[in-house]
Amino acid sequence: MSNVIAERTRAVVPVTVAAGPKRKGGWIPTLGLLAGALYTLFPVLWVLIASTKSIDQLFSTFTLLPGSGLLTNLHQLSAYRGGEFWEWMVNSALYAGVGGALSALLSGVTGYALAKYRFAGRGAIFNILLAGVLMPPVVLAVPQYLLFAKAGLADSYWSVLLPSVISPYGIYLARIYAAGAIPDDVLEAGRMDGASEWRLFRSVALPMMAPGLVTVFLFQFVAIWNNFLLPFVMLGDDHKFPVTVGLYTLLLQGANAPALYTLVITGALLSVLPLIALFLSLQRFWRLDLLSGAVKS
Amino acid sequence: MLSAAPRGLRLALGLTSAAVAATLVAGCSSSGTTSAAPAASGPVHLTYWAWAPGLDQVAAIWNKSHPTIQVTVEKQASGDDLLTKVITASKAGSAPDLVQAEYQALPTLVSNSVLADISAQDGSASSKFAPGIWQQVTLGTNAVYAIPQDSGPLMFYYRTDLFTKYGLTVPTTWDQFKADAEKLRGEDSSKYLTTFSANDAGLFAGLAQQAGAQWWTTTGSSWKVSLDDAATQKVASFWGGLVKEGAIDNQPMYTPAWSKALDDGTQLAWVSAVWAPGVLSSSAPSGKGKWAMAPLPQWTAGQNVTGSWGGSSTAVTADSKNKAAAAQFALWLNTDPQAVAALVKDSYVYPAATDAQTGGALATAPDYFGNQPDFYTQAAKIAATTEPAAWGPNVNTAYSAFKDAFGKAAQNRSDFLAALSSVQQTTLADMKTQGFTVSG
Repeated sequence: MSNVIAERTRAVVPVTVAAGPKRKGGWIPTLGLLAGALYTLFPVLWVLIASTKSIDQLFSTFTLLPGSGLLTNLHQLSAYRGGEFWEWMVNSALYAGVGGALSALLSGVTGYALAKYRFAGRGAIFNILLAGVLMPPVVLAVPQYLLFAKAGLADSYWSVLLPSVISPYGIYLARIYAAGAIPDDVLEAGRMDGASEWRLFRSVALPMMAPGLVTVFLFQFVAIWNNFLLPFVMLGDDHKFPVTVGLYTLLLQGANAPALYTLVITGALLSVLPLIALFLSLQRFWRLDLLSGAVKS
Repeated sequence: MLSAAPRGLRLALGLTSAAVAATLVAGCSSSGTTSAAPAASGPVHLTYWAWAPGLDQVAAIWNKSHPTIQVTVEKQASGDDLLTKVITASKAGSAPDLVQAEYQALPTLVSNSVLADISAQDGSASSKFAPGIWQQVTLGTNAVYAIPQDSGPLMFYYRTDLFTKYGLTVPTTWDQFKADAEKLRGEDSSKYLTTFSANDAGLFAGLAQQAGAQWWTTTGSSWKVSLDDAATQKVASFWGGLVKEGAIDNQPMYTPAWSKALDDGTQLAWVSAVWAPGVLSSSAPSGKGKWAMAPLPQWTAGQNVTGSWGGSSTAVTADSKNKAAAAQFALWLNTDPQAVAALVKDSYVYPAATDAQTGGALATAPDYFGNQPDFYTQAAKIAATTEPAAWGPNVNTAYSAFKDAFGKAAQNRSDFLAALSSVQQTTLADMKTQGFTVSG
């Protein structure tokens, strides 16, 4: 028994005293993480390599061997139905950009109100919100379509934008963030100085919530960008399609016409790039977020 | 969660959206009220949901010569998802004027009241199509629910060079087909004659059709569902036997792996339809000039029948405010020589109209089959031997049940008859759930 304890202490002591790398068996989690990274990155690598292959090379050459068709693919994709692919990209950017920004704003206002004001029904609203988080948006797509059709808004830009603006998860996140990041004392001090509630929100709360709202924006942007079912159900006009639904039409052209594999793969690659760019450019806000958390604790 | 949003903001958003939407609707009046009074105010605008490529080019020809009826093609993805989308849109009263619909989807659309009866406009078109095709758009009634666009008679495609190399004969019966499959495995264990694809219920339906299966039939007002009739059982046990003994592969078609197998000659043959050249040229580009087409193998030597895989029609919806104009366009699109020639050229369609099957646009063989100059002459002969199909109102349920049951059976190389009986049970139960009167 004491042997075991001694064994354990011996095993633990070097960890606390010596630096990390010397830890026994420390490479196992690293290896696990590396395997995980490989698992998630391999499909991206596949898309990257496959997009360089021409149609003759796609199915006949070795999977990881780059082909020579990237420029042709890009050219054909751009030429498809008079540049419709780029129309879809612009649409996606519009849906995700405007939708994400409006959603972040709405989540910010709502989250702040729920976190900082006591009013009747607050608990009930929050519980409904939690239920909304658990409800997959997929379930709502068809009922939303029927509602929008009744309002004469189906097959319009708004039919995709409006449902994306209200995100229970975003509001939930914003509430949690507002509760943690905005000290009541600061608001109280503001009120003592005679600031209106609107002024308090705009000049005090909003800047403090900024990192949280960036997170909400990013989540919503990615969710809308990748959303398939809602625009698929809502939109009939292919000139309003986002890139997800648009590429799908390239894949399923009926039995008579070949699926445009190379164009879809190239299109998939191009459609991921804005997301990567967005993540990289908004990264510093996230760092700020982590930093402020660390200082407080 | 809606109530969590501040009232003022919500109202503001609502107002802006309504205003913008009004301008959008005015911009393109596809489903709005503008098309309600066509005669007085300018041209009629029709929207057309379709998946075939190049259809907008064909519509452009129409738009040029018909300034009062303007058609906009809204390109969609094909398949069952579109069927669901059209039905949903119709429930909301905002379906487009025209839709492309596969033959097997027509009963589903009709039973959901999506389609308009256009017999008043297009009743006389029947003479332009083979009776078996026309029967699919009338569902055996006096109504006309669509105008046939393309058809997909089944044929047998094979690699001529590899058939010679392994000493295989082009099969004229399914027994020979089986003998070929087994012989090839003996010659080279890395090759397969073909594969059984549990993903492609449409192909299986065509093969059963060839054997004489009648899956959905009506007597009076009640349906009879017999997906496991004797003919289908014969087809299922034939393919099940081949899969079980390993004479053919059991992997699905239309995957990258399948394309590779066709391209590098791992699979030597493909039971497919008249539209195969398009698929082969993209999936197996290096096989150009090496493939040839022959009639489908027969169950009885000397017989001459085939089934079909795919094929679609142009239908007018019940929601359309301009049914007569829409019907006029549908008829033009699929029977006018200029339109059909454009369909063949731009949309890679094998036209359903009988005259067009041997006419101008199809005079020369597809590029991929340059070694078989009489490709379309042969194809037209085969198309004439197509057995009638018998579709019902829940083909999509049957097809997804097929994918599930046969997917498992093919993977485990287990009994196909058990899988078939489960497809029958699922389909029958679904018919009853949907409230159809079913006998037997």
